[in-house]
Amino acid sequence: MTTYRIALAGNPNTGKSTLFNALTGLRQHTGNWAGKTVERAEGEFTHNGKTFRVIDLPGTYSLYSNSADEEVARNYIIFEKPDVTIVVLDATSLERNLNLALQVLEMTNRVVVCINLMDEAAKLGIRINLDRISERLGVPVAAISARSKTGIEALLDLVEKVASGRIVPVPIRVTYSEEIEQSIQKLEPFIRQTLGDLFPARWVALRLLDGDGSLLAALKEHAGESAPVKEVVNYGQTVCH
Amino acid sequence: MAKPYATNSSNSLDSLFAAAAKLAEGNSIRDGIVSDIYKTTHEICRESVRYEDRKKLETTYRLDKIVTSPIWGFPIMLAILGVVFWITIAGANVPSEMLASMFTWIEGYLTAGFQALHVPEWIHGVLVLGFYRGTSWVISVMLPPMAIFFPVFALLENFGFLPRVAFNMDRLFKKSGGHGKQALTMSMGFGCNAAAILSTRIIESPRERILAILTNNFVPCNGRWPILILLASLFMAVGVSSQYQTMVTAFIVMGMVLIGVAVTLAVSWVLSKTALRGIPTHYTLELPPYRKPQFIKTILISSRDKSWNVLKRAVLVAAPAGVITWILGNVDVGGTSVLNHMAAFFDPFARAIGLDGFILMAFILGLPANEIVLPILLMGYMSTGAMVDADGLDNIKQIFLDHGWTWLTALNTMLFSLLHYPCGTTLINIYKETKSVKWTVLSGVIPLAIAIAVTFAVAQTVRAFGWV
Amino acid sequence: MPTTSVRLSDTKTGNRVRLVRIDVQGVLRRRLLDLGFVPGNVVEVLQKSPLGDPIAFRVNNTTIALRQEESSLIFGELIGGDRS
Repeated sequence: MTTYRIALAGNPNTGKSTLFNALTGLRQHTGNWAGKTVERAEGEFTHNGKTFRVIDLPGTYSLYSNSADEEVARNYIIFEKPDVTIVVLDATSLERNLNLALQVLEMTNRVVVCINLMDEAAKLGIRINLDRISERLGVPVAAISARSKTGIEALLDLVEKVASGRIVPVPIRVTYSEEIEQSIQKLEPFIRQTLGDLFPARWVALRLLDGDGSLLAALKEHAGESAPVKEVVNYGQTVCH
Repeated sequence: MAKPYATNSSNSLDSLFAAAAKLAEGNSIRDGIVSDIYKTTHEICRESVRYEDRKKLETTYRLDKIVTSPIWGFPIMLAILGVVFWITIAGANVPSEMLASMFTWIEGYLTAGFQALHVPEWIHGVLVLGFYRGTSWVISVMLPPMAIFFPVFALLENFGFLPRVAFNMDRLFKKSGGHGKQALTMSMGFGCNAAAILSTRIIESPRERILAILTNNFVPCNGRWPILILLASLFMAVGVSSQYQTMVTAFIVMGMVLIGVAVTLAVSWVLSKTALRGIPTHYTLELPPYRKPQFIKTILISSRDKSWNVLKRAVLVAAPAGVITWILGNVDVGGTSVLNHMAAFFDPFARAIGLDGFILMAFILGLPANEIVLPILLMGYMSTGAMVDADGLDNIKQIFLDHGWTWLTALNTMLFSLLHYPCGTTLINIYKETKSVKWTVLSGVIPLAIAIAVTFAVAQTVRAFGWV
Repeated sequence: MPTTSVRLSDTKTGNRVRLVRIDVQGVLRRRLLDLGFVPGNVVEVLQKSPLGDPIAFRVNNTTIALRQEESSLIFGELIGGDRS
């Protein structure tokens, strides 16, 4: 039986942990991230006869390694390559929350965006056009209320489809300024030459242009370890659709 | 198998990094990346999010206008704190009594059973009077208040109240040189200092984090609540009529917490002017919307995760401590027990700070966990011959009175408990987090020095004025 | 259109401010940008702490509190909402 690995990413206070608890119930345990003083929560659930192992990443505003939390979340997505990353967004403050979604989409296409707190948003008179967001982001979008456990089945259906490859998302590509885009183009061949197709070259280029020293350190550390035995999504190629 | 890196040498990674740095040149790229992402999200939101009524969005902020208002901000905080203590104390009293008498009732049968089987007296002593009594003590004194306090606190936490406390108190922490999030790590300390030490990770500046670590101990943890609550209700609330006793007890406990906060701020201030000099680093605090907590779920989860774990730890430490205390109390050297020798040794110094040898010894033996200080103290007293069955709160008070306790003894025991060094687990965590012997030692020595100074001053003042 | 440039720290409860410039560097700059303190964005001044500092701002429908040290380095122009 297949076991899929799912990561939960999201801003603090988005109800990410509520979703995690709703998904895993009592089948969860907590510990620390290796070498980091950040709590790590992991659990399991089944859906449609498949087992899902779910990791609750630390709640962060971004993935630009401003803090240990952000490094942990980034490293998990980029090095451990979960089968699906669920990005949990707060429906009542989508604009800020979408930033994180876009950052994750630069790292992997195996994403389901999950808009939580839909009930709160409705109370505040916020109307969200889910189809439009899904269309723009290029990934499936599910609307849920983790507290009242509504919409979770539909979310899990999408997660399973992405995990099994029945849906292959083609995420939005943020267009940067001319100057940045040119630099990315110059760097990408070097990155492919050095790192192969293990990591999304465009994202690595952006991080390097941003002077992300902690990513460099993480890459070096990772190079020292034995390569993980995992199904690798081939980021270097365009996905078929 | 995944492909290894095409090139494994870190040199090639370095040169890649250098190439990127050359392209980036300065800060403009960093800003560019963020603002381009922002532009994209802004566009997506403009297309897909509609606000029916902007006025409605403000509902979330109406409560904050009151909870963080200049007039009501602090009174509301104090009132909530007081109510939490009141609920804890009022609610814990009866179950504590019931548990205590149930354990005493079982103990009678255990003793009878041991006698029927002709088990040697010392085995009965170690197992029943030491192990069983120590453990049942901890359970009956600690479980009820913790089973009430943690869920109530978790409800407040889930409601979103704690960030408001941080918001209201931030200026005090800034003035004392600490980080605004220190208020949050202090709140964690109410549960468990050892866990709160880990929670100081949310403070990124090393200087301010050490400040938060060194002062976290001044927030009474679950191991110390029972001492504070018990002594406050036995000795401090005696003069008032019975219907107000719980309230007075709650006030006294709250007073203790406020003393702890004041000491925290004072120590932070002194340290940030001396050993940890520096200016407060930047700080952003999100005040998330208030959310109605899910009552039953919150209560169940916090009972499971907090109360149960605390109890488990207490029993794990209390059981061996009970055995050791019984043995120390029953092994005679030169006619008196080892325990008495030790208590006599500490007595002169302890008297000077308003305690007695047994109390000080209980705090020393209680280093592994604050939970066991009270059981050790009671077992110490009981092993000295003034044998009373501690099957109820009145009898506990009798034990204390038989050993010459006054309200000053109770007050100073509470103060010492509030201010003295953190428990062993906390110290280990401090070492793990700071990787520094110096800070670990200081985080024990500074509180100890303050505890001794404060209790000494109180004892001498009270005696000089002839109040006891 | 005449506008007045103000520091966020000098604003009053109820003010609405369109951000113009952020004179902060390093990690904090990134954090502020992450939170929505981006030039062009509009923030609303919600409430001062009982002790006068920090100040809570509403930005992108979230409430963020900033100390005076930080808010005095963020500049914007008043665009109304002055209820006084």
